[in-house]
Amino acid sequence: MSIQTQTPQTPQGDVQRSRLEDVEGVVLSRVRPTTGRPALLLALGALVLAVVLRLGLDMHVALALVLSFVGYLGAVYAVYRHLGGPRVAVDQVLRALVYFAFVCAIVPLASLLWTVVAQGAGRAFDPSFLNQTMNGVTGLHDQDYAEGVGPFVGGAYHAIVGTLIITGLATLISVPIGLFTAIYLVEYGGRNPLSRWIRFFVDVMTGIPSIVAGLFAFALFVQLFGPRDAKMGIAGAIALSVLMIPTVVRNSEEMLRIVPNELREASLALGVPQWRTIAKVVLPTAASGLASGITLAIARVIGETAPLLVAIGYARGLSLNAFEGPMNTLAVYAYYMFTKPLSPAVREPSLERAWAAALLLVLIVVALNLLARLIAKMFAPKTGR
Amino acid sequence: MNAPATRRARSSSTAVRRPGDILFNGASLGSAVLILLILAGVAFFLVMEAVPALTAPAEEISGGEGFFAYVWPLVFGTVVASVIAMLLGTPVAIGIALFVSHYAPRRLGNGIGFVIDLLAAVPSVVFGMWGMAVFAPRLGPLYEWLSQNLGWIPIFGDASATGRTLMTASIVLAVMILPIITSVSREVFLQTPRLHEEAALALGATKWEMIRTAVLPFGMPGVIGGTMLGLGRALGETMAVAIILAPGVFSWNFIGAGNATIPAEIALNFPEAAGLRLSELIAAGLVLFVITLAVNLFARWIVDRRAEFSGAN
Amino acid sequence: MSKRIDVKDLDIYYGDFHAVKGVSMTIEPRSVTAFIGPSGCGKSTFLRTLNRMHEVIPGARVEGEVLIDGQNLYGKGVDPVDVRRQVGMVFQRPNPFPTMSIKENVLAGVRLNARRISSSAADELTERALRGANLWNEVKDRLDKPGSGLSGGQQQRLCIARAIAIQPEVILMDEPCSALDPISTLAIEDLINDLKSDYTVVIVTHNMQQAARVSDKTGFFNLKATGQPGQLVEFDTTQTIFNNPSQKATEDYISGRFG
Ligand SMILES: Nc1ncnc2c1ncn2[C@@H]1O[C@H](COP(=O)(O)OP(=O)(O)OP(=O)(O)O)[C@@H](O)[C@H]1O
Ligand SMILES: [Mg+2]
Repeated sequence: MSIQTQTPQTPQGDVQRSRLEDVEGVVLSRVRPTTGRPALLLALGALVLAVVLRLGLDMHVALALVLSFVGYLGAVYAVYRHLGGPRVAVDQVLRALVYFAFVCAIVPLASLLWTVVAQGAGRAFDPSFLNQTMNGVTGLHDQDYAEGVGPFVGGAYHAIVGTLIITGLATLISVPIGLFTAIYLVEYGGRNPLSRWIRFFVDVMTGIPSIVAGLFAFALFVQLFGPRDAKMGIAGAIALSVLMIPTVVRNSEEMLRIVPNELREASLALGVPQWRTIAKVVLPTAASGLASGITLAIARVIGETAPLLVAIGYARGLSLNAFEGPMNTLAVYAYYMFTKPLSPAVREPSLERAWAAALLLVLIVVALNLLARLIAKMFAPKTGR
Repeated sequence: MNAPATRRARSSSTAVRRPGDILFNGASLGSAVLILLILAGVAFFLVMEAVPALTAPAEEISGGEGFFAYVWPLVFGTVVASVIAMLLGTPVAIGIALFVSHYAPRRLGNGIGFVIDLLAAVPSVVFGMWGMAVFAPRLGPLYEWLSQNLGWIPIFGDASATGRTLMTASIVLAVMILPIITSVSREVFLQTPRLHEEAALALGATKWEMIRTAVLPFGMPGVIGGTMLGLGRALGETMAVAIILAPGVFSWNFIGAGNATIPAEIALNFPEAAGLRLSELIAAGLVLFVITLAVNLFARWIVDRRAEFSGAN
Repeated sequence: MSKRIDVKDLDIYYGDFHAVKGVSMTIEPRSVTAFIGPSGCGKSTFLRTLNRMHEVIPGARVEGEVLIDGQNLYGKGVDPVDVRRQVGMVFQRPNPFPTMSIKENVLAGVRLNARRISSSAADELTERALRGANLWNEVKDRLDKPGSGLSGGQQQRLCIARAIAIQPEVILMDEPCSALDPISTLAIEDLINDLKSDYTVVIVTHNMQQAARVSDKTGFFNLKATGQPGQLVEFDTTQTIFNNPSQKATEDYISGRFG
């Protein structure tokens, strides 16, 4: 290290000057200490600017925000470059971008949740909405209601029941297939070629667009029953199963893999046959994980609209028979009410129904997600620790 | 996980096979094979129902110029909407993932992570309704402005006053795929070895420099995989586009009326379709299936490459 | 060039947990100082306060002063990023950046800290750092290969090269040999001896012989009882600590009569 020379000590300020900068061809970029306060002040300034642009100059909100954010970025860069050097400036600019990304995402998502609650809460818990179907309800009823001469009629009872039946059937189909496939992958197949292929095709299946799953179910039922009578509840359940099975397989496989091998070996060493080892040791150990994975899979498909639109048609009244004729679900119901109001002139009541159904759906999805978390937490296997 | 498999090999060589074992083994093998059959069935029945449209004389297809002429504007709309969604969504998603994993306090980060996962499960019809009722009308004036000031760019043609345009649909798609890309990215960012982060910091890196040196290179393959996943979802997304976009013929103008996507075209026309029209829509679905399949295989290839990569550690 | 470190009444916390209490010591320039002590007594914690890596952990904080040539590291107007450039660190497990080549690894710190490096300067710095880490001859033909392809011992020397490439004043090493075989350990120990002529080196080790072999001064850390903060029990020349310690606890620990 012959190049190093004694450098004079700086009397004030930094700890010590570096020797790296004495190397020819190296231009050092030092960092000076800064605080977050300037950034905060500038952010306030940018906010004021945004308000001025919006209210004073009547600019579009998005434009006002983007302009003041760009201004903010420039100001942050300049100020921190002055205070802390270019590296600090870049660091602060990136920090601003990360925070801005967060805000960018939160705003629409919060707006979405707010809209659903605000628009849907009025009707969603109304007993007449929950207990009635759309049987016999026409645009005239809606017009009467709007003019104040009739009651609010027409609800989502049949759609709620249909959602439960179709999702239930889909669960009944998907869970055994998915679970046993996962068992095959983990317990029997190992890494043989068949299980590699199955993993691959499960991946492929995960990517099937939901509407394609619906088309498949429809095409299948057309072959079985002819184009006229192809639309029925079970077709929808099969379409949902195509979407649900890969999720169940993946979640279950993950959970079965977590079960420690020592448990299996301990059981087998006691002379317990393999199937009983799986049934009595492996599955119970993984039970909470499996249940939570299945719950999440249900939550994923319960709001599906497109495949059902294609496969089950649209029923106005209650239909309990999944093997004959169209049915309805909350998602399909919301879609039709929203896009094809009963009375094109008086859309309000139909929109109300649509938002109410949407709110119910969101609540179900949230509840299922929370339930999955709860199951995973409460009944976590007590292995180790 | 090789152990159970070898055990099976050993037990199957013994003479006694218990009925329970045969049943269990059979059921699991059967389910596994059934999955392959279902997938084959999806392809088979789609092709079967699509054949009439693919073989029909050109003038009988909607538009009167054959299936290809019918489907390519739809493919264009689908791909454009998804790509715009991906371009808008990915940087924001990476930003949120970094915010959650490296900027926000732990507690807050976990909470946000849960909310993001929840949003990934919000039904797409709800996104569509929101986009149509709340979002699209707000964008109308913005499109007006874009059209007036940036009208020389082809994609900013005459503005639609209702905001029900391909651009709006793309933005809503971006919001919809945000949670997917975010949760994958957050996961890989959180897995960055602490050792590498500390190595960067100990060399005198600022926070961003640490992220650039240690976190991003480590997480990039995962982020790309997540992005492809989001792209696949956007390509197949039906309801949001079906509700928001006022469909029309192919146009380069993304902020005015016009354009359509395959899934939305199917959803909007299927309920009333019959005969050859049905077959046409199913054939369009088949095309969509092939596109998403290609994207998924590509994503898988990237994720596999990553597995090789991290195997070195 | 090396620096003198004065630690004055340093208390170290993880949130509410008081990890290390009341440490005062002076570390001479151009010397090797070793810290020994039972597991969990706060050696790593203390070491990490010397380049402000401690505060990277959420909730972690420090009371007291660490002076490097009279300048308080924790004083107002000192940026941790700047401190870390001057006080380099080598970790317990080798941690080259997996996506970077050997050369890029060596230059990683330089590139972070420099606005511009000419390619000749880059080559020169790489060679100098790798020579300084006794690694040049082994890797000079494969500088563009990934750093993770080296053996554990080579990786650790690569990390040392990376640390000295930015020419710090002080080099901290936290059990740098604990993941290595005896041959690599010997290589690193030789290297530490060489580094002493240019740098102030502080090393944490569980290997008593190693401390005796490489260090000029040794500090013994201990816990009074579990749950109590760790303390610096004795700090003296390595000779004294190993042959003639003044504290009973030190003697017990050195002679293996501990606990
Ligand atoms: N990140 C952390 N958060 C909270 N407490 C910590 C953290 N790291 C260490 N501690 C605690 O601080 C104390 C000192 O730990 P430290 O790692 O410094 O010990 P050590 O002397 O280096 O031990 P070893 O020889 O095993 O490396 C221990 O009680 C430990 O539990
Ligand atoms: Mg330690």
